[in-house]
Amino acid sequence: MYKYIIKRTLLVIPTLIGAAILVFFLLRLIPGDVCELRLAGTGLYADPAEILLCQQNLGLDKPLFVQFLDFLWGYVVFDLGDSMWTGFPVTHEIGLRFQLSLQVALMATFVATAIAIPLGIISAVRQNTWIDYVVRGFSIAGIAMPSFWLGILIILGLLISTQAFLGEPWMPPIEYVSPWEDLGGNLAQLIWPAIATGYRYSAVATRMMRSALLEVLREDYVRTARAKGLVEKVIINRHALKNALLPVVTVIAIEFAFLMGGLVVTEQVFNLNGLGKLFVESVQNQDFNMTQQLVMLVVLIFVITNFAVDLFYAWLDPRIRYG
Amino acid sequence: MRSNYAKLAIAAAVGAGLAISAGTAEAAKQGGMLNFVVGSKIPSYDGHKESTFGMIHPIRPFYSILLRINPSNPSSTTDFVCDVCDGKVPAPTNGGKTYTFKIRSDIKFHDGTPLTSADVKATYDKIVFPPEGIPSSRKAFFRMVDSITTPDATTVVFNLKFPSGAFIPAAAMPFNFIYSKKDLDTHGYTWHAKNINGTGAFKFVQHQKGAFVEGERYADFHHKGMPYLDGFKAISAPKLAVRVQAIRGDRASIEFRGFPPKHRDDLVKALGDKITVQESDWNCVLLATHNQKRKPFDDPRVRQALTLGIDRWGGSKYLSRIAIVKTVGGVVFPNHPLAANESELVKLNGYGKDMEANRAKAKKLLADAGKAGMTFELNNRGVDQPYKVVGTWLIDQWKKIGLNVKQRVQPSPPFYATLRKKKDFDVSVDFNCQAIINPIVDITKFLGSAGNNYGSYEDAALEAIYAKIERAGTEAEQRSLIREYETRALSDQAHIAVTLWWYKINPHRSYVKGWKIAPSHYLNQSLENIWLDQ
Repeated sequence: MYKYIIKRTLLVIPTLIGAAILVFFLLRLIPGDVCELRLAGTGLYADPAEILLCQQNLGLDKPLFVQFLDFLWGYVVFDLGDSMWTGFPVTHEIGLRFQLSLQVALMATFVATAIAIPLGIISAVRQNTWIDYVVRGFSIAGIAMPSFWLGILIILGLLISTQAFLGEPWMPPIEYVSPWEDLGGNLAQLIWPAIATGYRYSAVATRMMRSALLEVLREDYVRTARAKGLVEKVIINRHALKNALLPVVTVIAIEFAFLMGGLVVTEQVFNLNGLGKLFVESVQNQDFNMTQQLVMLVVLIFVITNFAVDLFYAWLDPRIRYG
Repeated sequence: MRSNYAKLAIAAAVGAGLAISAGTAEAAKQGGMLNFVVGSKIPSYDGHKESTFGMIHPIRPFYSILLRINPSNPSSTTDFVCDVCDGKVPAPTNGGKTYTFKIRSDIKFHDGTPLTSADVKATYDKIVFPPEGIPSSRKAFFRMVDSITTPDATTVVFNLKFPSGAFIPAAAMPFNFIYSKKDLDTHGYTWHAKNINGTGAFKFVQHQKGAFVEGERYADFHHKGMPYLDGFKAISAPKLAVRVQAIRGDRASIEFRGFPPKHRDDLVKALGDKITVQESDWNCVLLATHNQKRKPFDDPRVRQALTLGIDRWGGSKYLSRIAIVKTVGGVVFPNHPLAANESELVKLNGYGKDMEANRAKAKKLLADAGKAGMTFELNNRGVDQPYKVVGTWLIDQWKKIGLNVKQRVQPSPPFYATLRKKKDFDVSVDFNCQAIINPIVDITKFLGSAGNNYGSYEDAALEAIYAKIERAGTEAEQRSLIREYETRALSDQAHIAVTLWWYKINPHRSYVKGWKIAPSHYLNQSLENIWLDQ
């Protein structure tokens, strides 16, 4: 098991280096730069000398290779640099958003798991009954419906229904408060995006849970268990579920990693100040340094998540760790 | 449907009425927090360096400026009043070359340091004569300033190289935050990019990056009795839909930039008299710039044909129902004394009201140039309001004179790269948005030599007219020269086609009182005169 962990850890390094090279050079292919946007972006007169000065201050006038070495050196000395747009340290900017994105991802994962596992089990156990059809319809609708669109519907629904019933339209708060400061205010804002994203997320996981469980329920050892006279509940909970969970865990983990940096549109719909919104803004602002560090963070989250899934697999299935 | 329009009309009328009578009819109430939404981001806190309303809206309330457009009459283009200066805005002496400002002696920075003329001088020295390596975005606006002196602690003197009507508007720019000399000397010239110490109506409390900026009432504010609010929160909301919903759901009371007509109508329909609408002409104009390095756009006949093909009067009527554009105008902001009136405008190519005649003339010019039915590409910015709407309208207009135009829509960074560096466009949507209405500075956009002109042309005659405008002694002389300049730039040479001027629409919660719309989203943002009727 230790050998397996070490081998997987070492594979992380070339993955990160490859990602760093790709993100650095691909970003530079986009025409324009942060200084032009900042000084000329509103149509006001922008002195070319001012733009040049801004580029010098940000190091954008240096040769590309030198800029790349500076970027890599930052990892060696644990200095990720400053945002080219705000001038504040990247770690500070990301740190502010990380808490919110993590909370939404955890809440959405909770919503998705709470929906997907029971519904997937019911759907598999009651295969081809009306219950199965309802669950399948519910999950297919979730896959078909983009979460940002569901988000818009939720907000409009809240505005219209509260105005109709309470006389004054209500919508979720548009500014974040930490759960440690005001749990009610925090949940009033984040429960809606968690539902919007959790529903789509649950739809994928429900489908996976259903098909995996159906497959397992046809295995010989399940038939043997039934022949032994075991109660169906015990067969499912103790023997089938653990094996059926393997692909579901993969889906849940990958979706979780995606949510950490990929809630780009949903964050905009709910005005969440998370990593996805920061991503969009840094790309729009041509804030190379911020975009690079965000991409590297997302790559790291994916790598760690996959690593954790691999370890979980190994724990669930002895054939993997001894293979 | 009819009742919606009726509601809208009532709300607009109420808004207009309030705009006229605010501050006089009702006594202002003290207290309350104003939440407003901002659709752009804060690059840094340094007003001398930045150009975006994303910085002005949340940060301006922390600072004072030397003089400003009258907050009680912000729709005026010429009504300037003192902020940290004392009494009336001074008239120039010494043949128009000297402006002497008396500075109030009752002003303190938020850290307790008294404000003196030395702070004003240090501020304007930073803006006008920045040290090497220090950015100053509006240095070029002060080309006429020779030196700044302080005979005593309450007097600042600006000595100009030549008399200029552009000085007072430039000095009143909302970006000219007064900084403490002590801060500049102690912390250096970049300190204000990340720190705030002003003399404005509100003291800085916190900035949660990407989320909001919070300010609290400054009890020692020099305009006594103000501000009325206990504080404000400027909430970042990049998506237009979120900003509209935030006002509808009362998470925010106002957005100061402006909404498209559809969103105004939606809010009025949903909230009725709980929404007040203020509207104004906007000191932003959308242009079509021809790349004269490319054939056939080096031919004035082709450029004239393109401007003749645009139905501005019809566009004003119909496009204004769906986009934030409305007013037909020339090179100067339409309501300014130096702007062309309708009888002057209709003499210019493309401004005549007989579109059949305009289009016939355009087709003839194209045929004469051997370019009838030509195909070209319109470069445009990937922003809906009003760029893509107007771009699509332009294509339709040019189709009516037999042209086949394709649109290339790009996000902002590559759009700027196309205009400024690559210059690989035929005709591009372009724009000129300014804060203070300062026609003499604003019209430099049409000079081939201007840094923000992307037409790649040289026109010595136009430059010569501009040089005369800059030194013209009287308004009448300036006006006459500007007509000459306008005729050459827009009609005879048709270097750039002015499409329509923007139209600012600010629907806000009716309990927000005291704020009056200005012709720019950069102006009247000190928030000291706002109060909440709750």
